[in-house]
This record gives sequence, structure tokens and C-alpha cells, in this order.
Amino acid sequence: MIKKTVADVDTALEGVKDGMTIMLGGFGLCGIPENAISELVRLGVKDLTCISNNAGVDDFGLGLLLQKRQIRKMISSYVGENEEFERQMLSGELEVELTPQGTLAEKCRAAQAGFPAFYTPAGYGTEVSLGKETREFNGKMYVLEEAFKADFSLVKAWKGDEAGNLIFKGTARNFNPCMCGAAKITVAEVEELVPAGELDPNEIHIPGIFVTRIFQGKNYEKRIEQRTVRKRN
Amino acid sequence: MLDKNGIAKRIAREVKDGYYVNLGIGIPTLVANFVRDDISVEFQSENGVLGMGPFPFEGEEDADIINAGKQTITTLPGASFFDSATSFGMIRGQHVDLTILGAMEVAENGDIANWKIPGKMVKGMGGAMDLVASAENIIVAMMHTNRAGESKLLKRCTLPLTGVQCVKKIVTNLAVLEVTSEGFRLLERAPGVSVETIREATEGALIVEGDIPEMQF
Repeated sequence: MIKKTVADVDTALEGVKDGMTIMLGGFGLCGIPENAISELVRLGVKDLTCISNNAGVDDFGLGLLLQKRQIRKMISSYVGENEEFERQMLSGELEVELTPQGTLAEKCRAAQAGFPAFYTPAGYGTEVSLGKETREFNGKMYVLEEAFKADFSLVKAWKGDEAGNLIFKGTARNFNPCMCGAAKITVAEVEELVPAGELDPNEIHIPGIFVTRIFQGKNYEKRIEQRTVRKRN
Repeated sequence: MLDKNGIAKRIAREVKDGYYVNLGIGIPTLVANFVRDDISVEFQSENGVLGMGPFPFEGEEDADIINAGKQTITTLPGASFFDSATSFGMIRGQHVDLTILGAMEVAENGDIANWKIPGKMVKGMGGAMDLVASAENIIVAMMHTNRAGESKLLKRCTLPLTGVQCVKKIVTNLAVLEVTSEGFRLLERAPGVSVETIREATEGALIVEGDIPEMQF
């Protein structure tokens, strides 16, 4: 067994520097690497390029890094829940590359799986395809999109073991598995870290080979963005 | 003239037994409330769930189980969770039978714009571009005119496009229309709405052939 555990988040994020490109898992605030984001704030690293489907809300998730002006560029599909984000974008302080959600996911998976690029129909004929190669296959038009290149990938899983094997829960899975192994270093934080052998190999979502470092996360807030409920009859 | 629930109720009739359906945010979300309960349908949410159920009972919300609108949801028997790349594999691979989404503008050639108003609103396209570029069967749910009373069914879209020549059918508060090579073909009128009212509210080419029936629910 190749051991991937590190003692804490400080050790897990060793090597993060100004100007790096960092992938972060999560959809909205669901399944975000809360511990790693807090550590990025504490480290005060700047000029980051962040690849993340969303940009958090004003006071949680990536919004915390935006408040401290640590992000130079965001690559996301939807950024509608964050006023500070909108302000920085409209004033030109923050560069934003909006990418269709499926393309964003595939650019991660391509990096993970060793594909330099792929063709997708998404965005053909729109401003997303400007300056990109397009090609016809079987009478339909496609856009060439390139795999991401990132320094760190920060993901959150439900359970993990010493070997770096991961299991996700519910829709907190989202972009997290696609980002594992898609950067030079993948850091996984988990709600429950167990010894090797305790997780059933049949139940593993992401094999440890895609994970560089794993640590036991703590104090998960798991904030809900839209609490929708129905009444009991 | 229909309200938002009326539009959703009419669209629900387009949902057939055995369909996997992706519902966008807004009016499309309401469609789930009106689907007949004697047919089998599974709702997909692009953040990674198939077999979405109703909102949870108070106190049973789970932060790890949400839909693409970031609302807490439940799952039904037979549901599954998956990652974002797999989710869009279902969409691009045309395994999802029907996509229902909102729009700011639709053009008579089937172009759609629903993600950006330059200088005013820049929230992003989310999964809309993947959905419209891939789905075989796309229904747009929207009001026929905007808040200023201007038509949303145009000769050409004025806003940045989400996708080209992809919309097949449109259900508005006034009518059901089909996109054809000649323009918007009027299929049905909302209860009490005249063809003349629909014509006045439609900027793009409107094709009216024979008697146009009122919508049935």
C-alpha cells in the first residue's frame, strides 16, 4: 500500500505559491473543499487562477478568496450568486473565463485521462467558440476545447482511506472526481479518513492513484444555499 | 392567457412515458408538478442526480443533496448520483430525451439566447450551452413578451447566443409554436387568446394555417 495521508491541511497544501492555477471541486457550496479554501486564505497566496464551476457566495467558499483579492482569474460556468465577484469583474480587477459546464467538466477529465483536447458541440456558433478550431463530424459542427493545465487540484470527498481511495456522497460528488489527477498535485480532504482495508474496493469512486495527498478535514459547515422544504400533511 | 403554472401544465403534456427529462431553472422546474402520475419519468439534474424527487420535509434537508438550482431535494427509488463529466455525457450523448429550459429570446430559425445581457447581467451559461447543443428535443418555456412588452420571438436574436438552430418547440403564456424552416408555426392558442393577439406579440415570421385550436390540458 502506498500511503497518501498527511497530518493536516498545512502539510497538504505545501508548495502552493502566488500565480498558480488551482482547481477546486464543488457545485455551488455543495462538496467544496472547505478546509483547503480556509488554508489558502490563511496562506495569503495571490494572483491565483481558479478553476471552479462557481465562485462561492460573498462570505463563503471562493467568496472568501475574492474578498481578499487573492484571485486574478476565474474559470467557471456560473457565477450568479456573488456580488463581490460581479463588482470585481465589472471593474476589470478580476478576469473571468465563462465556460459551458459540460465543457468545464470534460476539460478536467481530459487532463486526468491524458487527452490534450476534445471536440464538443457546446458553444458552437456562440462567443464561446470565437478563435477556436471548429470541425464537422457527421453533419454536425463541433468546437475544439483543450484540457486544463493546473498546479493543484483541491477536492472534497465523504470517505477516504490511507491509500487515497475516495468515496463521495450525494451530489457533493459533482466536479470532485473529474479533478482528481487533473493537476500536478491532487489534495483530497475527507469527512472520514479510515485505515487501508476498511473501504470495500467495489465501492471506491476514485482510486488512490489519482490522489497525491489526503487528510482528515474538520469543522465542516456545509452551508445550504437554497433551503427548500415541503410541509408535512 | 396563461400564468407560469399554466405554461408548465401545458408542457407537462409533452412529457411521455419512459422519458429522462432535464428541467431548467424557473418555469421548467414547475413542470414536474404536473406530470401525470400514471407514467414513468425520471428527472435529471446536471449537477449529478437522476431520479430527483420533491423537496425534503422540514428538518430532513441534506446539504449534500441539491439540484442545479442549489435547492435541497430528495431522491426517488431507482435514483443515482454521478460526477459532472458523466452527467454531461448523458446530455451530449443524447441519452436525455427531453430538455425544457427558459429563454430571453428565441429566433425564427431556432437560435436561443438566455445567458447574458452585455453590460447588465453576466452570470454565465451554466449547463445551458451543452444542453441546447446536444438535445434532440428542446422545448422553451417562457413569456411571449418581456417586461417592456417587446416580443421575445424574434427574426434574429439580439443578445449573445446560447445555441444555434436548436429550439424545436416553444410554449408561452399565449401559444404553442413549432420552429420550422419558414418560421414559427402556430400550433395552439392559450384559452381566450386570439390569433391576432399572438400575431401582434410575435416579431418573427408567424405561420398560421387553418383553424388554430385552443390548448388542451
